[in-house]
Amino acid sequence: MSEQTSLGKLVFGRLTWDSLAFLHEPILLATFAGVALGGVLIVAAITYFRLWGTLWRDWITSIDHKKIGIMYVILGLVMLLRGFSDAIMMRAQQAIAFGDAMGYLPPHHYDQIFTAHGIIMVLFVAMPLVTGLMNFVVPLQIGARDVAFPFLNNFSFWMTACGVALCMMSLFVGEFARTGWLAYPPLSGIIASPDVGVDYYIWSVQVAGVGTLLSGVNLIATIVKMRAPGMSMMRMPIFTWTALCTNILIVVTFPVLTAVLALLSLDRYVGTNFFTNDLGGNPMMYVNLIWIWGHPEVYILILPAFGIYSEVVSTFCGKRLFGYTSMVYATVVITLLSYLVWLHHFFTMGSGASVNAFFGITTMIISIPTGAKIFNWLFTMYRGRIRFEVPMLWTISFMVTFVVGGMTGVLLAVPPADFVLHNSLFLVAHFHNVIIGGVLFGLMAGITYWFPKAFGYKLDPFWGKCSFWFWTIGFYFAFMPLYVLGLMGVTRRLSHFDDHSLQIWFQIAAFGAFLIALGILSFLIQLLVSFMRRESLRDTTGDPWHGRTLEWSTSSPPPAYNFAFTPIVHDRDAWHDMKQRGHVRPVTGFVPIHMPKNTGAGFVLAVLSALCAFGLIWQMWPLAALSFVALIVATIVHTFNYHRDFYVAADEVARTEDGRTQLLASHV
Amino acid sequence: MIGSRSAGPWLCFLCGSALLAGCDMVVLRPSGYVATQQGQLVVMSTFLMLLIIVPVIVLTLAFAWRYRASNTAARYTPDWDHSVQLELLIWAAPLLIIILLGALTWIGTHTLDPYRPLTRIDAARPLPDGTEPLVVEVIALDWKWLFIYPDLDIAVVNELAAPVDVPIHFKITASSVMNSFFIPALAGQIYAMPSMETTLHAVINRPGEYMGFSANFSGAGFSDMRFKFLGMSNADFERWVSKAKGEGTVLSRNDYLRLERPSEREPVRRFSTVARDLFDAVANRCVEQGKTCLRDMMPMEMHRASRSPSLRDPGAWNPFGPAAICTADNAARSALLPNTYLD
Repeated sequence: MSEQTSLGKLVFGRLTWDSLAFLHEPILLATFAGVALGGVLIVAAITYFRLWGTLWRDWITSIDHKKIGIMYVILGLVMLLRGFSDAIMMRAQQAIAFGDAMGYLPPHHYDQIFTAHGIIMVLFVAMPLVTGLMNFVVPLQIGARDVAFPFLNNFSFWMTACGVALCMMSLFVGEFARTGWLAYPPLSGIIASPDVGVDYYIWSVQVAGVGTLLSGVNLIATIVKMRAPGMSMMRMPIFTWTALCTNILIVVTFPVLTAVLALLSLDRYVGTNFFTNDLGGNPMMYVNLIWIWGHPEVYILILPAFGIYSEVVSTFCGKRLFGYTSMVYATVVITLLSYLVWLHHFFTMGSGASVNAFFGITTMIISIPTGAKIFNWLFTMYRGRIRFEVPMLWTISFMVTFVVGGMTGVLLAVPPADFVLHNSLFLVAHFHNVIIGGVLFGLMAGITYWFPKAFGYKLDPFWGKCSFWFWTIGFYFAFMPLYVLGLMGVTRRLSHFDDHSLQIWFQIAAFGAFLIALGILSFLIQLLVSFMRRESLRDTTGDPWHGRTLEWSTSSPPPAYNFAFTPIVHDRDAWHDMKQRGHVRPVTGFVPIHMPKNTGAGFVLAVLSALCAFGLIWQMWPLAALSFVALIVATIVHTFNYHRDFYVAADEVARTEDGRTQLLASHV
Repeated sequence: MIGSRSAGPWLCFLCGSALLAGCDMVVLRPSGYVATQQGQLVVMSTFLMLLIIVPVIVLTLAFAWRYRASNTAARYTPDWDHSVQLELLIWAAPLLIIILLGALTWIGTHTLDPYRPLTRIDAARPLPDGTEPLVVEVIALDWKWLFIYPDLDIAVVNELAAPVDVPIHFKITASSVMNSFFIPALAGQIYAMPSMETTLHAVINRPGEYMGFSANFSGAGFSDMRFKFLGMSNADFERWVSKAKGEGTVLSRNDYLRLERPSEREPVRRFSTVARDLFDAVANRCVEQGKTCLRDMMPMEMHRASRSPSLRDPGAWNPFGPAAICTADNAARSALLPNTYLD
């Protein structure tokens, strides 16, 4: 390839041996060695234990919403490790790069790291975790056997995974964008960023975005059409409500992201001038459009977390959720208002005072329903019997931490205050305060809460508590100093400082990041320890926490068909109500169950999409064209697949259910 | 800082806001009237919100303790889930705070609008009638700042000065990518964006040396895109101007095009004379000879369109017609209006 003949150039486009950047950078080289070694070990292990068949049949091609949910969560957790590695590298750089010391990361590398950190944490960590939990929980909560479009669900997951894969590939083949996570033009335009970084950014987000959008459509249809008989909208569990609102937000806003990135790619690939400086291009149009997606995006993340807290609070307080109706309306109001606030991300770009004040005030109004939610959780705790299991600990920590983040958020919504705090470390502290203190704590609570449902055994509480305390304390150490630095006028995304008096604050923040690292490590240990001790942590009842919603009425883990008989709902906390009324589990009279069939089509289509994207990134036109044609052909071929469903025979259902009957009887 | 270098911040960190005041919180204790009001707004808003935040935090911890499962003495009402009074309270309390904060925001946003000329020098002194502001044209370049004083006909790279208590009128643009022009001690930031012009009105009330920088990431040299902002007495400012006049060289359009090229950690440079209307040409992207200014493009296109039969007659519409002007070069060649910025 080093001899760039015209044929080589046609086939390989911009890709040369020099594109393998990791060969020249020791940090990347070590990472690559680690990843390669880990990869080889995993492949060897799968081969040794003869798991390739299982992997393909039971996971890759699976259209079971539970397995897809689990795969989303695994993807999110793996990417959390990547995103956090970026974080700790930035913290280390900012803690040492003062005066003559330039730190260990040159801007070329540092700028890629904060860009990747942002986009990974939002799109490839928080989104898969949220989508994974929704995928796993929502059908169980509404008494359904799967999502509305099971094949689409599998395809969505693999599109997300392939987007992630493209992003990860940029670590070793080429480089990632150096533009900040929203890639504002003109910086992300072809003049300022001619290399492949922004193209990796665009195409990994585009590919994953298709997955997110389709999964949004899928879950909306599931929630609207597939609820168990008796479950009216106002009897839906709050988590399902928040999932519905989140997916509506996804369906409305992700097309905007797709469109704006498509326009940016047109600028970069074919020389249009949508967002350029010259010939009528308007970079501010990009800023508007990306935030019309970007702001609802944070509500896409936080709403399901709010749903998780609602489930956890009412379960562990042993009490009906206080103010269900106002909780639902608060969620809906937040959903609607989240479209009316995007301009608060750029008060400082010179809009008029009335425009700024309008968007400032709409932003503040969101804090009213959010405040109402906090009070609802508070009054659910009031006169409850609070069990401090790990999910509840996360929830209490959230309530204390999140209100601080909410306060600084409202502060930033006051335009004149934003003029002095915009883009400062105060802002960085604010959004980490709400995303860690809100979204991440919620996801940790949710993972701990539903883990026994997914795997049949609880997570070890000791290591869970370790993780909880390290995360909580680490968060305060890592981000309170950033608030202070923001008030000292320090801006974000700096890789080097002159003022030595700032250094100690960055060192405290780095210490906080170290504590968070221990929190993540404790979580990983928790997974391992719980697996080793799974027999003693086993959940035989299906209802380990004395739950209130339908997912706890079936076994842990649930059978492929979720419910042998579709439950009938009479009250909000359907399972709690069934238990109160002395529900007896049916043990006879099973009928065949109609189920969707596994297919590899989703995986194939997603891989072809990723290949096409890779071709576009490196301008390997033949590869892009061929994989695009293959993609279309494969899609058409898949439409001729008429063997999409099967029946689980009645006696097989009976066998499964008998097994559960015996299990329940043996542990009474 | 309090105490030794390592212990002070720890104390600050642990003891909260009272001690934090000892750290150099320029946002809360600035030296210019605009930033002072913005800082006060930060404090006032925070105080308003703490009215509701503190009770929530206290109640959360108190309820968590009081209603712990082991405390069987506490009342337990598993089916109680509604109370009209409480629901009214939990919606009304945040609403009241937001009404107050909203009023504060509406007023503050208008009085502190960066486009609004100042009416006061500081809280005590209104602006005397007929005071002319000092006009400074700010151009964010890759990765340095160019400040042009059009009335004084000087320009300086990476150093900005202004006499105290004199209103400053900043006109701001950028050469290639977005930056944000920010001097925390003076006033809130405003973006510097290519092909656009933003405005900031501000005044510095105390002499001193302050930091200024770009607050929006703009590429590889961003971290060192800093400058000194000097608040000076009138006499010192006169001297600073004559220094530029005396030491400086000429900044022609060609010099600007050389200066515009990416560079980092640029030392302070002074120019004694500046090409006429340079700022305007930068904002309109026509510093180079022969380039059509943005402001002329639209009238030019409209003029062309009115003369083009294909555009007047929709039936004969030719989508490829107007594309004849596709690049800056042939746009300029086919220009029907004279380029007013050739010097």
